[in-house]
Amino acid sequence: MAANSSPLTDDKIAQLTKKAAEIRISIIESLIEAKSGHTAGPLGMADIFTYLYFHKLKHDPKNLDWQYRDRLVLSNGHICPVLYATMAHAGYFLVSELKTLRKFGSRLQGHPHREFLPGLENSSGPLGSGLSQIVGMALADRIDNGKSSGKQFFCLMSDGELDEGNSWEGAMLAGKERLQNITAIIDRNNIQIDGFTEDVMPLNPLVDKWRAWNWHVQEINGHDFREVDRAICEAQSVFDRPSVIIAHTIPSKGIPEFERKFEWHGKPPGTPEEIETALKALRSWGGRVKSPDHNS
Amino acid sequence: MPINPDQKLNHKLFDKTAEQVTMRQGFGDGLVLSGTADKNVVALCADLTESVFMRSFKDKYSERFIEVGVAEQNLVTVASGMAAMKKIPFIGSYAVFSPGRNWEQIRTTVCLNDVPVKVIGFHTGVSVGPDGASHQALEDMALMRVLPNMIVISPCDSIEARKAVVAAAKNGKPTYIRLSREKTTVITSDHTPFEIGKASIVFQPKLRSVKVDVGIIATGSFLFKALNVAKQLESEGKKVIVMNLATIKPLDEHAVISLAQSAGAIITVEEHQIAGGMGSAVAECLAKNHPVPIEFVGMKDHFGQSGTSDELIEYYEMGEKHIYAAVHKAILRKR
Repeated sequence: MAANSSPLTDDKIAQLTKKAAEIRISIIESLIEAKSGHTAGPLGMADIFTYLYFHKLKHDPKNLDWQYRDRLVLSNGHICPVLYATMAHAGYFLVSELKTLRKFGSRLQGHPHREFLPGLENSSGPLGSGLSQIVGMALADRIDNGKSSGKQFFCLMSDGELDEGNSWEGAMLAGKERLQNITAIIDRNNIQIDGFTEDVMPLNPLVDKWRAWNWHVQEINGHDFREVDRAICEAQSVFDRPSVIIAHTIPSKGIPEFERKFEWHGKPPGTPEEIETALKALRSWGGRVKSPDHNS
Repeated sequence: MPINPDQKLNHKLFDKTAEQVTMRQGFGDGLVLSGTADKNVVALCADLTESVFMRSFKDKYSERFIEVGVAEQNLVTVASGMAAMKKIPFIGSYAVFSPGRNWEQIRTTVCLNDVPVKVIGFHTGVSVGPDGASHQALEDMALMRVLPNMIVISPCDSIEARKAVVAAAKNGKPTYIRLSREKTTVITSDHTPFEIGKASIVFQPKLRSVKVDVGIIATGSFLFKALNVAKQLESEGKKVIVMNLATIKPLDEHAVISLAQSAGAIITVEEHQIAGGMGSAVAECLAKNHPVPIEFVGMKDHFGQSGTSDELIEYYEMGEKHIYAAVHKAILRKR
């Protein structure tokens, strides 16, 4: 069970950096094996998932029904390779199972299906519904435990799915109900299938939109563990409204040749050259990132 | 009168003094009963609290009532989240909006998740009347019965609606209940048996050994029309069985097959598109197990329009004379 109030020390950051690098390798290996799936989003969100599962979340991989666990809903289900890889490294199941991603009979369905994989809080895939589900969870918890149950409710979502009206319906209700234990984290990587978000359907001014629905809004670098930690701690200290963290991320982060290119939204490395490029980049990650962990 | 005594139907059923009550009232009563019996029952509404009779629940259990505004996609997805936290959410709106507008969210966040959200569709059928086609849900049973894990119930009156709500609160499954808008004749009584998944014979020849001419399977408020037609046919010497098929899914296959075996011809009666509705469910079952001639009374691939309930039901050929004609057609088709 992870503690959720311990300080983020330099040592811990070094551990998280190393873990995120391992998780990125697991993501890309599982995608190569699957021969289909999404590359950009999972790699872009690897640091935030690592931070949550290895530092912040109150959870217990060996006691899935533990009622006091924090709840984490993945709204944009297509980035599930990062969820699966992080859960495997956190001890929910063996890392070797990641090789079954998207295969017949696998618990690791192409989009998350909670009836297949215990430990998932929700099934997802169709976009725009996760925020409302976390709102429902927080409302139910408030009915049972009042405003100070100690549980935190996280919704991880994409910028592209903010095109869906359902997202804003959920945002309005959370603002109305002042659900202060909700933290939504938006993967602001600026890409979606058809191109850059601001070309397909402009979202800016995104900060103003969320403020207008009575949310506490922060913008961070989603690859900087210190910024992630500071923002989430601040979100949890806000007691009169829900919080949203707009996490600026680099799609395909870790493979320089793929970074920031929307073409990598929905496909895995396929040609021998692409596979070599991806694996080489990720396996040399420890040498490229600025990390206090010199042993990695 | 060949009413099945075991069903303990309203003894005033065929009197002019028979009570007329809305199914919505039955829903509202059932919701309060369920909320009193189980503190996990919650209700969510999309700006229609009075119309969908959630007012009593809201007044009594305000902390368990959520108003989401005019947002049916949010209505069901929030309910899904609450159900994941052990709540038993009832969501109410007009059926064209829920389960119409929010069908995909019901599919993914309720049925794929297999959480016990109760979707209550109000204002079904052309009997909604003056509001016109946009507000007359005629497709809802089709939308719901194709979803794995979903239970589909279409009560015949206010009392059965109340019992369906109470039973749904306890069944642990995604459940859809469709209701009419207008007051309808109270067919059943407090003592009429009700069980999800069980069809009931409400009208049958007094002599059980007699050869049956036809079986009528009805669902929803149109059961009353089927009973009136059966009464007339009986007076003309025809032997008729009428089944109340309140649960469309899971279908009581045993009862439907037995009826087809004894009657040799079936008429289905519903206030829904023929395509995909209760009749389709019956036809799928009988085509596989015991094919017999079937006539379908229902909406024939049209949208409705404004008018009174009676005008519209007649215009779209779902009235008693149309059921009567369908019976004779089916009997002629018997070998």
